[in-house]
Amino acid sequence: MKARVTVTLKSGILDPQGKAIEGALKSLGVDGVASVRQGKVFDIELSGSDKAKAEAALKDAADKLLANTVIENYRVEVLS
Amino acid sequence: MKSAVLVFPGINRERDMARALRLISGREPAMVWHAEASLPDGTDLVVVPGGFSYGDYLRCGAIAARAPVMDAVRAFAAQGGLVLGVCNGFQILCEAGLLPGVLMRNAQLKFICHDVHLRVERSDTPFTRGYNAGQVIRVPIAHGEGNYEADEETLKQLEGEGRVLYRYCSPDGVVDDASNINGAAHAIAGIVNDRGNVLGMMPHPENHVEDIMGCTDGRGLFAGLVAHLENAA
Repeated sequence: MKARVTVTLKSGILDPQGKAIEGALKSLGVDGVASVRQGKVFDIELSGSDKAKAEAALKDAADKLLANTVIENYRVEVLS
Repeated sequence: MKSAVLVFPGINRERDMARALRLISGREPAMVWHAEASLPDGTDLVVVPGGFSYGDYLRCGAIAARAPVMDAVRAFAAQGGLVLGVCNGFQILCEAGLLPGVLMRNAQLKFICHDVHLRVERSDTPFTRGYNAGQVIRVPIAHGEGNYEADEETLKQLEGEGRVLYRYCSPDGVVDDASNINGAAHAIAGIVNDRGNVLGMMPHPENHVEDIMGCTDGRGLFAGLVAHLENAA
């Protein structure tokens, strides 16, 4: 099974990297960029075919390591 | 003082730390590999040194914080044992849940490597008894992610309980935006846990302990720990 965990900064958390990217996009003349927040994507392959079990394992992975829940939110998707 | 210095892949300040500990405590510290499940018997102080554990992959300190030896450190701290984390060590202690909050990218997005001034906020703790309250010390920093942040509630608690021990300041001890080198909340350079036995700080006191270094302001931290343990014994 293929799965994806997306980790993003919580709203209200200062994101200097996002700000720098935003500034760079604006200086490149990319139209209509209002703001940028950056984050991380983890593409994970799982053995087995139990979707519920996979979601539980990914949630466990995100809580234990992939995200720092003090400042980050995460979203778990089992893709196939 | 019997100290143990943790060693993770990618850590590079452990020998500076060991040298400072040897010099000031008069005892050779034990170097403890991250895969160990226990600390040496009779350890008085655990030090998590600076560097770039696991290449700062994922988040600074995130992977090191989950190493086997950290369970032993958690148990040691729960019994009241003294733990000092410097720089990457501070990041590791936050990621391990031993200290609240998080170290974010410096507000100016730059890696900063030079001397800073710190105001010692109180002198009645094991980590500051070598100084006077209000004293200003000069120590180096070298980090890209040292911008301490925590939610409002946590910050209020840290301030209310007097748990901010070191703050960035001007050479004459004024805490202002210009001296807050990395944009940290409340100019926080170092905090302790609720029990007061775990300190995390971004600056490197171990690099200002000998005349040849041009400054010995960092000695007080280690000398204070030695005095604290001698008094307790």
